[in-house]
Formats: sequence, structure tokens, C-alpha cells
Amino acid sequence: MNQEVAQAYWKENIATIIKLLVIWFVVSFGCGILFRDALNSIEFFGYKLGFWFAQQGAMYIFVILIFVYAKMMEKIEEKYDVHE
Amino acid sequence: MGLQALIYLFVGLSFALYIGIAIWARAGSTKEFYIAGGGVHPVLNGMATGADWMSAASFISLAGIISMQGNDGGAYLMGWTGGYVLLALLLAPYLRKFGKFTVPDFVGDRYYSDVARVVAVICVIFISFTYVAGQMRGVGIVFSRFMQVDINTGVIIGMAIVFVYAVLGGMKGITYTQVAQYCVMIFAFTVPAIFLSLQVTDTFLPQVGFGSKVAFHFDDGVRMIDKGTYLLHALDQSVKDLGFKAYTESISGTFNVFMLTAALMLGTAGLPHVIVRFFTTPTVKGARISAGWALLFIAIMYTSIPAVGAFARLNLIKNVQNVDYQAFSKGEAKHLDGTINNGAWFKTWEQSGLLAWNDRNGDGKIQYAAGAAFEGNGKPQFTDKVGAHGERLTANPKPTHTASAEQMRASGKIVNELYVDNDIIVLANPEIAGLPNWVIALIAAGGLAAALSTAAGLLLAIATAVSHDLMGKVFYRDAKTGLSKLSEKAEMRWARLSSVVAIVVAGYLGIYPPGFVAQVVAFAFGLAAASFFPAIIMGIFYKRMNKEGAIAGMLTGLIFTFGYIIYFVFMGGNKADYLFGIAPTGIGTIGMILHFIVAYVVAQMTPPPPKEVQEMVEMIRIPRGAGSASAH
Repeated sequence: MNQEVAQAYWKENIATIIKLLVIWFVVSFGCGILFRDALNSIEFFGYKLGFWFAQQGAMYIFVILIFVYAKMMEKIEEKYDVHE
Repeated sequence: MGLQALIYLFVGLSFALYIGIAIWARAGSTKEFYIAGGGVHPVLNGMATGADWMSAASFISLAGIISMQGNDGGAYLMGWTGGYVLLALLLAPYLRKFGKFTVPDFVGDRYYSDVARVVAVICVIFISFTYVAGQMRGVGIVFSRFMQVDINTGVIIGMAIVFVYAVLGGMKGITYTQVAQYCVMIFAFTVPAIFLSLQVTDTFLPQVGFGSKVAFHFDDGVRMIDKGTYLLHALDQSVKDLGFKAYTESISGTFNVFMLTAALMLGTAGLPHVIVRFFTTPTVKGARISAGWALLFIAIMYTSIPAVGAFARLNLIKNVQNVDYQAFSKGEAKHLDGTINNGAWFKTWEQSGLLAWNDRNGDGKIQYAAGAAFEGNGKPQFTDKVGAHGERLTANPKPTHTASAEQMRASGKIVNELYVDNDIIVLANPEIAGLPNWVIALIAAGGLAAALSTAAGLLLAIATAVSHDLMGKVFYRDAKTGLSKLSEKAEMRWARLSSVVAIVVAGYLGIYPPGFVAQVVAFAFGLAAASFFPAIIMGIFYKRMNKEGAIAGMLTGLIFTFGYIIYFVFMGGNKADYLFGIAPTGIGTIGMILHFIVAYVVAQMTPPPPKEVQEMVEMIRIPRGAGSASAH
């Protein structure tokens, strides 16, 4: 495989990972911990929003993130023809 | 059928199932022994990883911890699930492509150094043993509480079961047993959770019930909480009335919650027995998707845990507040709606020492509020004597500074009289909620499945580190070819021998637990975060990282984290001296940052890694050509 393709693939891979990790950080450390107090002023079904992120929401989003990542990587690998 | 018979039946059936699977899935080669032949379907692998991950602590203790800590319990939920995102995105696909058997394999090869390999082996062994001691104890505790077997006998039975399927089956046996154990565990956790959700909120799913309205009136001791109040509002109001901080408020502060969450996430992503699960999938793609399945299976339980914690706290207040002890324990007390409030469970768990009542104001009724019910260290020291109302008496010192019983009664303030162990929340929940006997039997089988599955995974990690990494790659290595001189059969013998030794040591630690089992869990996570996580990340994403940098980084992370925990947990270091106020449980995060910095600086000052290592890094990054894992 040629070096340029490998590098372009790797770059896109890293960009994908960074995008997803930003979401990962925002929903857990951000919404669940750092901005908890601000978000707690919003309420639905008895849930304060910050509390909901910490004890429910972050976990749902984590699961979705991994499946989205797997799907995105599949597409990228086909694009650069590096799939198994 | 009686409760005891049902428990024996459920536990017996589950054990028969595990042993049956072990015989069916015997390992015939080292590849099967270490990574189950590398052909496990991603969904099954995800299930097995879930069982491997969710330990006795997750099953038995976590709901209780969250129930008592409220908001701050979120650190455990996010920490122990968020780590899987890091695993899936940053580690799993590349380590699968690397295609060897173990974490020390990767560290040793990537950093072309036996020193690095041996440091890695020591970390694996230390991390895994601290963890496994708790699991064996967990097995013993479940046996003793549910089956009236002595704790030590329970540990030995547990050892025997793990022995059969771990030594015979290796990773292959363990993986398929764990799939069964996951099913047992999730069923055992979810069924009572659904019953509880229906009782407390009239909602089927606990995750939905968490955000629903309470289905009954109750008196929290200060005021009446109306039917139809949102569960979390009811809980906030009643715990505040009783002198606690509101359930949805933070107790320990944003910064400490942040550090703890980070240490748990990074530790999760650095735990060797978890990482090795992703060597067992057939492809790189499989490793990614398998992490997703694993987290989905874990999340099914982890999203219901906080709901169970909240239901249980509310139920506890509703059932015990101001109830007459004698009537309650005889099953004659009544709820506000006139139904029987049967406190037989209170007696049972008082016998086992997880609950205690201290009638401080002498009114014969139980009061629950903030504060310690017992003088001294707050834990009851039971005696053989029985009090005026039939309660167990304790030898705790008499209070010196508090008001007299008459003054307490006259003041009208609620004074806490109840000692509640966190574990009671899951263990006694079915009885508190008046659920049928078979549900209680299910909890016993589920607790054992959780403890055994984790113990087996850890024991295998230890055995593999010894037989494959230490024996094969260090002691019996051919100096010329760099390959192991051990034949496949000889290495299998070492693997089985070291699992036997590991099981015996783990059993010993379960029977004679070092007094600090609870604290050493901080060790396992802190060390994993500070040692493996950065070393592997840089090994994949930073081609220039060399052996000097890696070794310096690992040692810095290890020594710093180890030293900090030893000083503050075991040598009585003063809380006031905490670095930036960080508790030892969260220090792994700082250890990891130091590791990154030191490794980077040292690598800049020393020569780059050899060409073949750089080529290996490039190979790891591209999925094509993953093929199956191989020994040499």
C-alpha cells in the first residue's frame, strides 16, 4: 500500500476519534460534572438535567458513540481501501 | 418449595451449567487457552466482557453506594462505562491488529525491552491480585448470607468451581462460561429492579421509573410526601428533612468528583483483564463493534443501578421511619394505606450484622436520619445480648456529649438510630419489597455469577502473564532467535500450573483478607491508569516514543501513584496535605499526566526507536491483514 494513502487514512481516523472524544467529554465531564449546577436549573420528569446526564444520559450516549465510531470507520476504511 | 431449597436449586443449576460449558469448551492449544482461539463472535465477546467487568462490587455494592451518596455516585457510573469509549476508540482495534496474546506482549515488543516487559508483568500481577481478593471474599459472603455456609467453606467451593473451568478451559472456557454468567447476572438484577419500579412508581422499566411519580403517600418523619410527587423530588425533600444533603446535590465537590471519574475511566481502559478481551475477536472491525456490545450489555445493568438505589432509599424511609420495632419485626406493623409492613427482613439482616438499631431516645420506634447511630467508629459491635424490644445489643461506648433520651423525645428532632450497610440495598431489596422467594434465590445465583466471572478473568490474566510473558518471553527465550524455547505443550503446562497457584493465593486472600481490601481497589485503578493506559496510547499514536521514554514514564506513574496511596491510605497521611485536595482514589489521573510528560521529555533526549519498531507501529494502524493472532 502506498505511503500517502496510509497517511491520509490515518489523518481521517484521528479526526474522527477527536470529534467523538469531544462529545464523550462534553456529555460526561461537561454536562455531568462541570456544568452540572447550571444544567440542574432545567428540569423534566423530576430529573434535573445535570443529574440526568451523570446517572443516565452520559451512559446512553457512550453506547451510541461506540457504534457510530465503528460505522464511520467502516466507511473510511472502504474509502481508502484498507479494510480487512 | 422453601426459600433455602430454592436457593440451593438455583445456585446448583447455575454451577452445573458453568461446569457443563467448561467441559464442552476445553482449550487444546495455547491460542485457545490465552485468547479463545481468536474466533469469538463480537456479540458473545461483548457479553463475556460485560460479565468479566461487572464484579461482585458492581452487583452487590454499587446500588447501595449510589443510594447513600446520591448525586456523587454518578462518578462510578460514568467512570466505569466511559472507559469503554476510550478502549474502543484508542486501544482495542490497534491491539487486535498487533495480534499477540497479552498486554505485556505489546509493551515488551513495542518498546523492544525486557525491562519494560517485566515491569508490565509485575503491574498485571499486582493489579489483578488486589482485585481478585475482593471477588473471592464476595463469593464467600454470598454463600454465608444466603446458604448458611461458613464464609471459608464458601470461598473453597468458589475456588473449586473456578479451578474447573479456568484451568481446563483457559480463555475459551472462561469466555463461554461468562456468556452464561452474564445472562444469569442480568436476569437476577433486572427482575427485582422491575418489581421495585412497579411498586414504587407503577412503571415497568426502572430507567423510566427513575423519572416517574411515586405511587404512594408516605411520612418521612417530618412531613407527608404526597402520592404523585416525582420520585426525585420526593427523595430530595425527604432526605433534606432528615438532615442529609439533597439527593441530587453534590457532597464531595465538583473537583473531586471530576478526578475520581477520570481515574476510574482511565483505569478501566488500562485494566489488563479487560484489554485482553479484545484480542479474542476475529477481526479489527470485530474488536471495535465488540466494545460497543460490551458497553451496551454493561449499560443495561448500569442504567438500572441508580434507579434501584433511588427506589431503595425511598422504600427504606417509607418502611422504617417511626415504626414500632416490636410490631414491625413480628409483621404486625402497617403502612399508611393499611397494608402490612412486614419487618421480618429487618430481623434477618440484623442477625447478619448489616443492620442495627440503637433506641437512643427510648421510644421503642426506629428513627432514620443523618448522623451516626452508634458511638465509636459508627459501626455496631454486636454482643450476644438482646434488648427490651428484641433487638441485638451492641458494646459500643455510651454517648458522652449527646442529649438524654428524654431530651431527645422532648426536642421533637429526629435522631438517627439506624445503622445501614451499603450492601443491604441489593441483598435485602427483594425481602424489603416483599418479593417472592424465587427472586431472592435469583439474587444469590446472580451475586455468585458476578463474583466468579470476574475472578476467572483476573486469574487468567495472572496465569497468562506468568506463563506466556515471564516464562516464554523472558526466562526461556532463545537468545539467537528471540523466540520462546518452550514447546506449546510446555507453555500450556506452565499456564495451567500458574492458574492453580493463582487460585490458591486468591483463595487464601479470600479466607484471610488483608484488612484493607476495600482501600486497595483504588490501587488497581490508579495503577492501571498511571502505568498501562499512557504507555499503550503512546505506543500506538506517537511513533517517536522509545524505550527510554516508556520505561521512565511507567516508573514515574507507578511510583508516584503507589507512593501517594501508601502514604495517605496506609501510613495515616493527613487529609490536609492532599495534593490540590485530591483524594487517593482520584490520584491515578495525576499519575497518568506525569507519565505522559516524563515519557515525552525523556524520548526527546534519547535516540528514536529502531526502524522495525516504527514499521510495526505503521502496521498496527492499518486494519488490512489482521489475520489471526499468533504466538510467534
